[in-house]
Amino acid sequence: MKEKNDYKQAKRYGMVIDLDKCTGCGACMVGCYSENNVPFKADETNKLDSINWIRIFKITNDKPYPETETCYIPMPCMQCDGVGKHGHPPCVSVCPAVATDYDYDTGIISQIYTRCFGCRYCMAACPYHARKFNWWDPVWPADMEKYLNPKVSPRMRGVVEKCSFCFHRYQQARDKAYLEKREELAENEYQTACAEACPTGAITFGDLNNKNHAVYKLKNSPKAFRLLERLNTNPKVYYLTSKKWVRRAGDNYLTHEEPGKIKNNMKEHH
Amino acid sequence: MKIDRRSFLSYTTAAVLGGTAGSMLTPAPWKLIDDAAIWTQNWPWTPVPEDGEVTYKKSVCTLCPGGCGITVRLVNGRPIKIEGSKEYPVNKGSLCPMGISGLQYLYGPSRVTSPLKREGKRGEGKWKKVSWDEALAAVTKKLSELRATGRSQSVVCLTGSDRGTIPNLIDRFLTVYGSPNFIRSSTAQDAIEQAIYLTQGKQGTPIFDIENANFILSFGSGILDGWGSPGRLFNLYGGLKPTKTIIQIEPRLSDTAAMANQWVGINPGTETALALGLAHVIIKKSLYDKNFVENFAFGFDDWTDEDGKTHDGFSTMVKNFTPEKVAQITGIDKTEIVSLARNFARASKPIAINGRGQGDVPGSIDESLAVQSLNALVGNINKPGGISAIPDSNYAKWPEVTIDEVASKGRQQPRIDGAGSEQFPNTRFLLNRLPEILNKTKDESPVQALLVTAANPLYTLPDTASTKKAFDRIPFIVSFSPYMDETAAYADYILPNHSYLERLQEVPTDAGISRQVIGLAKPVVQPIYDTKHVGDSFILIAKALGGFISNAFPWNNYEGFLKETLKDQWRELNRKGMIEIENNTPEPLAYTFNTVSGKFEFYPTARNTAQPKNRSALPSYTPVPIEGDIQRFQLVLIPYDTIRLASNNIANSPFMTKTIDDTVLKKQTGMVEINPTTARGLGLKEGSTALLTTPKGKATVKIHLFEGIMPGLIAIPKGLGHTAYNKFLANKGTNFNDLIGPIEDPGSGLDMAWGIRAKLIRI
Repeated sequence: MKEKNDYKQAKRYGMVIDLDKCTGCGACMVGCYSENNVPFKADETNKLDSINWIRIFKITNDKPYPETETCYIPMPCMQCDGVGKHGHPPCVSVCPAVATDYDYDTGIISQIYTRCFGCRYCMAACPYHARKFNWWDPVWPADMEKYLNPKVSPRMRGVVEKCSFCFHRYQQARDKAYLEKREELAENEYQTACAEACPTGAITFGDLNNKNHAVYKLKNSPKAFRLLERLNTNPKVYYLTSKKWVRRAGDNYLTHEEPGKIKNNMKEHH
Repeated sequence: MKIDRRSFLSYTTAAVLGGTAGSMLTPAPWKLIDDAAIWTQNWPWTPVPEDGEVTYKKSVCTLCPGGCGITVRLVNGRPIKIEGSKEYPVNKGSLCPMGISGLQYLYGPSRVTSPLKREGKRGEGKWKKVSWDEALAAVTKKLSELRATGRSQSVVCLTGSDRGTIPNLIDRFLTVYGSPNFIRSSTAQDAIEQAIYLTQGKQGTPIFDIENANFILSFGSGILDGWGSPGRLFNLYGGLKPTKTIIQIEPRLSDTAAMANQWVGINPGTETALALGLAHVIIKKSLYDKNFVENFAFGFDDWTDEDGKTHDGFSTMVKNFTPEKVAQITGIDKTEIVSLARNFARASKPIAINGRGQGDVPGSIDESLAVQSLNALVGNINKPGGISAIPDSNYAKWPEVTIDEVASKGRQQPRIDGAGSEQFPNTRFLLNRLPEILNKTKDESPVQALLVTAANPLYTLPDTASTKKAFDRIPFIVSFSPYMDETAAYADYILPNHSYLERLQEVPTDAGISRQVIGLAKPVVQPIYDTKHVGDSFILIAKALGGFISNAFPWNNYEGFLKETLKDQWRELNRKGMIEIENNTPEPLAYTFNTVSGKFEFYPTARNTAQPKNRSALPSYTPVPIEGDIQRFQLVLIPYDTIRLASNNIANSPFMTKTIDDTVLKKQTGMVEINPTTARGLGLKEGSTALLTTPKGKATVKIHLFEGIMPGLIAIPKGLGHTAYNKFLANKGTNFNDLIGPIEDPGSGLDMAWGIRAKLIRI
């Protein structure tokens, strides 16, 4: 899908997660599991082989009691635009099978299980650990296969999977709009399962290019930052925080460096 | 042709290069790899879910008493996803992880798929599938025998709640059958509702109107950790304006504390002292609501009773609780105490709440009374942004019952748990006392039959070992659980209820102080196994018992009963999925109280002051005794709650367990949190394995170092350490209840244990 729409600006779907509102409840994770047919095993405590499309990390400011603070950081796939925002995220660039690709219409990075042959280059390339490998075939015990969502194909042993920004929901919304002879989707027509599941409304989802979408304004907030910004992966997942120490945890800053005040010294190519 | 070494090499090189180049140019190898990949991906055990028409059904979640509205997405009539219902006034679209993973309860491996009769020893797990007729006949036979031998009072029904028609139906059954022993599982509600009853003379479900408050002083209530109705509170938190302040008081940085505007670390178990200390400052600085205190309250000042005896009033009593003294008890800086009191009293809509963590343990009556008094000082009773007790609305019109002589005799027997007795006159249910009573009885067990629904005492009661021993003394245990929980696994018969998504049930909940919401949980799917609605089971047993018992249940089934008792409201409930009952009482009508004085009683005259002898009825602070010898057990173990762990009668779904961090559970071993300074003294490091011992039991745990916990404490998550259910949950971590015993509040009999002494030894 390299053809661009020449008549209108492409979408860049992205997410803004307000860490001041995230309580770490895990509803986004569970909402994602059930929307996307994510399997589960008897032991999920080895997080390296535990499949999560969005995972919540808990960080602390490491100050002694009672000055301690904690913060939760939910991490889905960052849906990187890549260096120069040309659609060359780290994972897409290394995939030898074109099993993961950048969609220029939406900015969403796909994962095509039937093409993936499990080399896991993409996992090595991803700086956010967003990708997970199926070491085993999934098993849904008792009658649990009955709750599987037909819009998302269950994965099999030997393939990599990751967050798709619930692309099937985009397809459904787009199909519906097409039938109703509309070109544009309303903001609430396409929402990810995690954004919908978040009980405190910490996750906002929408088109980062659309001035009328909430994410457009939020991403420009002085509280906004992205993870490992200096790698120039250009993630489309933004975070909001009012806490300085949380902001600092977003990248490997040296003690004298002030997050947000560092000039980007990477040249934009082309 | 002569083949020398040179030409051999050049020919082979050419062949290899040519061959490679050739095969690179043909698509064959790529096609083969692709085919192989496609072949492996079409293995028959990778399911292909059937697609079809998408529909939505609305219902109410009853996995916990929160009562959130849910929307279930179905494909071809097959439920595939649960989301929060945006139109439902309780949760407005928000849902906790448990609610979202609800389908794992419906289809999961823990379901009891047909009536079961125990074959082997209790808890051995050997069952025989029986028919419903056989199972119901067995229960009927036992109950009928007990009744015939004049032992009807020895039948105990244990439920999770006493609100709504299902518990009421069971209570009605016991009434006509002839037993006073209807027991509700204990929660913080027991202590809070009693404190409201003592101060206001009003019996009902306590409501905290957090919606309309703007300064929330939480004495350890995990409002973002599963306290109250999680859907409602998460939704509220998400919509909080910056003008709202949350102060969280507890010794561990919980998720609620982390999100609060201020976290106040307090010595565990000293919350009552802090509440009284705050009252001291508020009164001393004259920051209290004078209109309320002067016109609508009793016992604020010293008073003289009919015999001419003078009693200290609340304001006199709190004089002892100077900031200096309270600072010493609680470990909170005295300037902090003064500023907390000032901020609380000066806020336009302050509210003080209690019930630690998810509110599973009642706690002391003193604590609940002290918190009620704080609310009264700011005049925050029965009004928006305040606290109240909402009596169960009588939406169900029950026909009168007539009972026979046997039932009447049985009903007049004292309750086995001692609730409502001379010793505990204001307590309604005392499940926590049952095990000890059973274990102490030398002769025949006072409980001959135990019927359990929506409760799992063998997991949730403190001191699991002694609870099990007590259960061994009960000759006949019946569980109505849809899931193989610990109590079901220990029963003689299981008469499985429908799971909550297959069951019709009305669900009374509250959305703030002024609105009561009666929701309707409608079946979203036909029962998928051979199960029966618990209401139907009780109706069938009643019919089989015959006589007056049968007469009290003229309906064919629960649905018929619900339609008939709800009368006109049924149609609206069925159509809209809920009905809302407004109960706004404007001032000063809201300030009419049913107490002896007709006022809000700072000095609760109805309080039992026999224990300890001749104590004042005023709330006071006496440290809650904590079990264990300080020489042997130098640390203190406290539990903590998280929304990712369900610690009540329904346990974690596999999805919830999957979300648990590897700092909480590592393989099968549970992790405890301790402060790094405490760990250093014990030679423990992150991930060390240690033996955790308390006077009640021991467990192997792993160590997680956490700065956010008071030194000297160990925190253990609640909700792990199951022995039943399935391999996705069983034998993971430690059940806190294996390590702690109940501590009885001398005045109420309720469990007020907040922790236990413990030690950690590296192994």
